[in-house]
Amino acid sequence: MGSFPFSAIVGQDEMKQALLIAAVDARIGGVMIFGDRGTGKSTAARALAATLPPIMVVEGCRFNSAPEQIDASPDYVPGQKIKAVKAPVPFVDLPLGSTEDRVLGTLDLERALGAGEKHFEPGLLAKAHRGFLYIDEINLLEDHVVDLLLDVAASGENLVERDGLSIRHPARFVLIGSGNPEEGELRPQLLDRFGLSVEVRTPEDIADRVEIMKRCDENERDGRGFAAAWADEDGKVLKRIAKAKAALPKVETPESILEDMASLCKAVGADGLRGELTLMRGSRALAALDGKKQVTRKHLKKIAPLALRHRLRRNILDETGSTTRIERALEELFG
Amino acid sequence: MSEAAVIDDAALAFHLLVRNPALFGGIVLRGQGPVRDEMVAFATAAIGKNGPVVKIPPNVDAERRLGGLDLAATLAAGQGVVRAGLLDSAAGGVIILPMAERVAANVAAHIAQAIDRGDLAAILLDDGHEPDEVPPAVLTERVAFCCDISLLRESCVRDWPKAKKLAKVDRLDNSRLQSIAVTAAALGIASVRALNFAHAAARAHAALHGRKVAGDDDLEAAVRLVLAPRATQIPQMEAPPPEPADSPPQDNEADEGNDSRKIEDIDLDDILLEAAAAAIPRHILDQIEGRALRGGKGQVGRVGQKQKSALRGRPMGARRGVPGHGRKLALIDSLRAAAPWQNIRRRATRADDRRKIHIRKSDLRIRHYEQRRESLTIFAVDASGSSALSRLAEAKGAVEMMLAQAYVKRSQVALIAFRQAGAEILLPPTRSLTRARRALAALPGGGGTPLAAGLLAARQLAEAALKRGQTPTVAVLTDGKGNVALDGSANRDAAAVEAIGAAQGFAAQGLASIVIDISPRPRAEAAELADALGGRYLPLPQAQSAAMVAAIENL
Repeated sequence: MGSFPFSAIVGQDEMKQALLIAAVDARIGGVMIFGDRGTGKSTAARALAATLPPIMVVEGCRFNSAPEQIDASPDYVPGQKIKAVKAPVPFVDLPLGSTEDRVLGTLDLERALGAGEKHFEPGLLAKAHRGFLYIDEINLLEDHVVDLLLDVAASGENLVERDGLSIRHPARFVLIGSGNPEEGELRPQLLDRFGLSVEVRTPEDIADRVEIMKRCDENERDGRGFAAAWADEDGKVLKRIAKAKAALPKVETPESILEDMASLCKAVGADGLRGELTLMRGSRALAALDGKKQVTRKHLKKIAPLALRHRLRRNILDETGSTTRIERALEELFG
Repeated sequence: MSEAAVIDDAALAFHLLVRNPALFGGIVLRGQGPVRDEMVAFATAAIGKNGPVVKIPPNVDAERRLGGLDLAATLAAGQGVVRAGLLDSAAGGVIILPMAERVAANVAAHIAQAIDRGDLAAILLDDGHEPDEVPPAVLTERVAFCCDISLLRESCVRDWPKAKKLAKVDRLDNSRLQSIAVTAAALGIASVRALNFAHAAARAHAALHGRKVAGDDDLEAAVRLVLAPRATQIPQMEAPPPEPADSPPQDNEADEGNDSRKIEDIDLDDILLEAAAAAIPRHILDQIEGRALRGGKGQVGRVGQKQKSALRGRPMGARRGVPGHGRKLALIDSLRAAAPWQNIRRRATRADDRRKIHIRKSDLRIRHYEQRRESLTIFAVDASGSSALSRLAEAKGAVEMMLAQAYVKRSQVALIAFRQAGAEILLPPTRSLTRARRALAALPGGGGTPLAAGLLAARQLAEAALKRGQTPTVAVLTDGKGNVALDGSANRDAAAVEAIGAAQGFAAQGLASIVIDISPRPRAEAAELADALGGRYLPLPQAQSAAMVAAIENL
């Protein structure tokens, strides 16, 4: 299936919003998507990656290096001439049951056995550099792979010390996880690493569901025509992201809003500093997407459930969902 | 459904798939037999004309599945020889997956990715017997059809003389699309994929019968073939379907014009729903009923089976070491370790040394298996009589406390309540707090004490867990005084005899257990029960959650 145009996705506004924010500010630290199967989680993430403008990479570099950062690539020999080419934003689908070798990269067996050379064969992390790393059913992923991912996601660098190899290469990507909480809980440490989380539900509205069937059918019959029909809309999204990216450094966050953020985190009992940081970055990105120069409470309120709902400490006695708890706190604090 | 109808439907689904494998992603053929063999042979021949047909053995390793270096050939040739993976070699064609109900989660995930990319379609051969023995949900979600052919004796392979090309069939009109959406909602189907499959099936069905426009018959077939096997609830026939006229206006007004649906359309919804309800396969019905019995909400889907395959001790790579004493050599990893040094070592050896590979002891690697025997704690709680509510509340507290640590320890918890006439699984084995909350929210209490029934239910769960490779522990919370016999009658003596009998059967299985006596004054009966169970006895008059958890963990 070719990629589906991002703007042609029916509904799922919260998910789309979160993905846009991650596209504007990659430092937000990934998006966790909770929801049933077949609700368009991977379609949306894939669509966004395909919509983004191509990036410049060094031709032949297996680490997706940007021309100006070629020094960091293990493939680069100083003094070597490089040629920059356009490439689509990478989107890597990490399958359940991936081995450490495939994720991190490993000794290139072919070269080793054939030529007797020690050579590094990059893994999925190198492929995802500067793009998206999508993990379906992340709650079922092996713990040791999750640990590796967390480490790399936090440091932005993949350090391989195995098989007699010693290699480091940059690996910065937007981590997108998806899973169904009914099939196993995620470890809190892992959840906390995600900047935003969204809950997707299947569209309840019959008209929406009919619209989805129509659009999927059109896409299936004439993918190119369908993409062309939505190219304008996708172009608008693209422009919005580009504008927001440019405006982001200039968006101001008033002192009073920062205080609001701190008191909100305290009120809901979100552990750690990461909640506040994400609130700040998320609200800023949101303001930038809205074309505003200053963060307001409106942005804060909108971002709060996405930034905090996965960070609340489990309370066995309180059966209320996290989203409700955050909304209650917002209501109490800011009316 | 009559057998003829089942055969017709299986034939339909099968032929729709064979004609458009990429569009439908695949099919589940449940049940063994000559009919299935014939279908597989037919599909192999028909699809094989246009693309590869590859059989994926259930035990296939990652290297072979995904491709990689062919080690034997590489060593012989002295240069890298890459072999395409089975999944790659099936691109543009079909894979056949035998014993699909036992396929490991990681294999299923790779296949699911390939289906998502539109690379291939999968014919899943499902040999499951129990209702919950089904292929992983990641796969069943991505294939359009699921046919139970276990009862078929007659051939499914047909000729379709009038068949047209699918591309010639128009899209369904608005009101028919709406009927699909309404029917799916009534069957409790959340996935949007199912809707698209149903739409495609309606069109493909029309094409098969030589129609240019899909009509109500085509729609009905699509609902039977695609939606019915995905049902998670049995539709309420007497209730009118949700009023579609209320739905907001479509943004796409150029199409078909009218939004307000006519009476006939709503009748059509009813017809479709009835057709779907009649076509829900037996094992799905069993699943739905099983879930209803446990008090689930029905939207859970086929939860849990997937974890099965992940539990077995799985190879966790290799580490340095010398084989022997039950430790197995990891050949590939050993060669991998030796590979970089080959040139150097060759240079260092005498000229008459003809060895192709030079391996030193330090290169040897041994397999390292992860021992992950997941534990399952089954609480069997006496929910009878007046103090039931507080006991249940304590048991609930203990379940939640254990679950709160479950993601650290990877242990599962289940809860059985026995009261009045029988035992009920309130919480099937789970690690999910979300599910546990929901199942525990409404706790029934009161009535007699069917102790034997409770023990039997616990034993069934425990044995199922053993089969999955888990280690079950059973905690019985009771005062030991059964007063309801297995047949549901209030017969104190029979109940006591049966309870001890059930307990002894339990002990014979070697299952670990503990009896927690929750009566205000500890009694002899509970101690006797513990004795018969071969388990520990713990009088705990206040049934405090924390003490209970501590006792179970110390077992």
